[in-house]
Amino acid sequence: MTEIVLSAKNLTKRYGDFAAVDGIDFEVTRGESFGILGPNGAGKSTTMKMISAVSKRTGGDLKILGKDPNLKGPEIRAHLGVVPQKDLLDRELKAWENLFVYGRYFGLPRKWLKNKVEELLAFAQLEDKRNSKVEEMSGGMQRRLAIARGLVNEPEILLLDEPTTGLDPQARHVLWDRLFRLRENGVTIILTTHYMDEAEQLCDRIVVMDAGKIMAEGSPAELIKRYASKEVLELRFGTDRNEQTAPEVAKHGARVEVLPDRVLLYTENGEAALESILAAGLKPNTSLVRRASLEDVFLRLTGRSLAD
Amino acid sequence: MSDLKFVPGQVVDVRRAVRGGSWRVAEYRLRGMAKWWTSIVAFGLGNPVLYLISIGIGIGGLVNKAQGGHLLGGVPYLQFVAPALLASAAIQGVMDEVTFPIMEGFSWEKTFYAIHSTSVNATQLANGVMLAAFIRGAWTVLMYGGILVLFGAIPVASLLPLAAESLLAGSAWASAIAAVSANLKNDDGIFAIIGRFVIAPMFLFSGTFYPIDLMPIYLRWIGWISPLWHATQLGRDLTIKQVEPVWLILTHYVYFVVMLAVGLAIVYRAFIRRLSE
Repeated sequence: MTEIVLSAKNLTKRYGDFAAVDGIDFEVTRGESFGILGPNGAGKSTTMKMISAVSKRTGGDLKILGKDPNLKGPEIRAHLGVVPQKDLLDRELKAWENLFVYGRYFGLPRKWLKNKVEELLAFAQLEDKRNSKVEEMSGGMQRRLAIARGLVNEPEILLLDEPTTGLDPQARHVLWDRLFRLRENGVTIILTTHYMDEAEQLCDRIVVMDAGKIMAEGSPAELIKRYASKEVLELRFGTDRNEQTAPEVAKHGARVEVLPDRVLLYTENGEAALESILAAGLKPNTSLVRRASLEDVFLRLTGRSLAD
Repeated sequence: MSDLKFVPGQVVDVRRAVRGGSWRVAEYRLRGMAKWWTSIVAFGLGNPVLYLISIGIGIGGLVNKAQGGHLLGGVPYLQFVAPALLASAAIQGVMDEVTFPIMEGFSWEKTFYAIHSTSVNATQLANGVMLAAFIRGAWTVLMYGGILVLFGAIPVASLLPLAAESLLAGSAWASAIAAVSANLKNDDGIFAIIGRFVIAPMFLFSGTFYPIDLMPIYLRWIGWISPLWHATQLGRDLTIKQVEPVWLILTHYVYFVVMLAVGLAIVYRAFIRRLSE
């Protein structure tokens, strides 16, 4: 039977009258990779703070590793690895010191930490930056150091808030591979992201949040199947004509979305739809057929792009 | 990137992790201070030497020759001023550790939030910062006190009790300033204002350089409410055998204990509130 490591029921966080997180329910099982998607202000970071056992919920129930974080925060945090959105590294300390000091907060012995620090620096490809101060490191290096720091206590659950923001494409792929391997070791991963490809690559299951609520839940493939079509035809008619051409375009597919710079037509066969649109005398400036993605799911659910 | 293999959740001993967080935070702060050790040592040594030469010996020579000494009960000026300088050094020394480091932790670099995502709780974090300030204060006081002994400004036997009493004053003051820092979102020049409108008058009107009784009655209250005056009085009780009634000595101690307790209560509250937002 799969073990539930995190369970949220009607989880709520209010600041006065404003509900940043408004009664959400979800469960995460051991070894799973779980993603929280949503635009800025959706409630992702507030949810992450609550499941990091730092921010107290104002309503509902939350159990992390079987414990209530409002009562047992430090005990729970002993087994969490947290990679915050803004790194929060100590800029005056050297790279190795950041890892060492952080490990000490968990009461880890100095001798054990000395070896662990070297292992983590190698994991983050920062061996040659070992003695550099954080302020001397690039943004990508700082991000890798923050991720390495989140692993110093060999956590049961690794929480990553926008983990690959600031990393170049190659470093992102390497990191995804390493996170995948950590998961194979049994580490449960919970992450928030803006990047659809990241969510599709890393997550077994996703919740899409907007305005403090969960709009949909499922695997990336399930969500795409449920809320989008197989393919998407992107057409650009020029900013002035996109809106007025949309009703005509809609006749050639299942559904249409109008964005400021393009019209999206959801269809099972993009090429065939394009042919019939051209045959109908519509003349787009450019066209592109692509596979439907989580971006389309989000657009369907919220009427907004994730980047908004 | 090399591979990283481990069995999740095995290495941390939870009972150990949740205890001793204060010491680990202090360890971190001391590591930060060590980056500035040359400045800390130079200031710790230079400050007392300069004060003792200029005020203790220079102004002291003038006071003693002008027979101002009789107002000091026949005590040489250097010995009169020494406990006040030590208490002042303690107050200044701890203050450095509870102003900008707290602002940095909450507002500028937000490093306290990273610390709080470990098994360290908010109260331990606050205690760790205070503990580091205390250690910095102890270092300052012992160094300053040692130099006072070398200058013949205090008797050797009174070094430790005087250091302890100055440190109590420093700690009480640290908790009061930490209570301010922990509630600030931005500096907004508040520390400069404290320096100019609190520290400077305190230094000038707390009986540091002359007995407070020489001031007109309407200015004496500045001394009475100032931690520096209470610390200086206790120091003079120890070093130049100034005799104060028991109730007044007790008042000095109660003043510090209350300041420490109220300050810490505000600090804990602010740390818990801000870290759990």
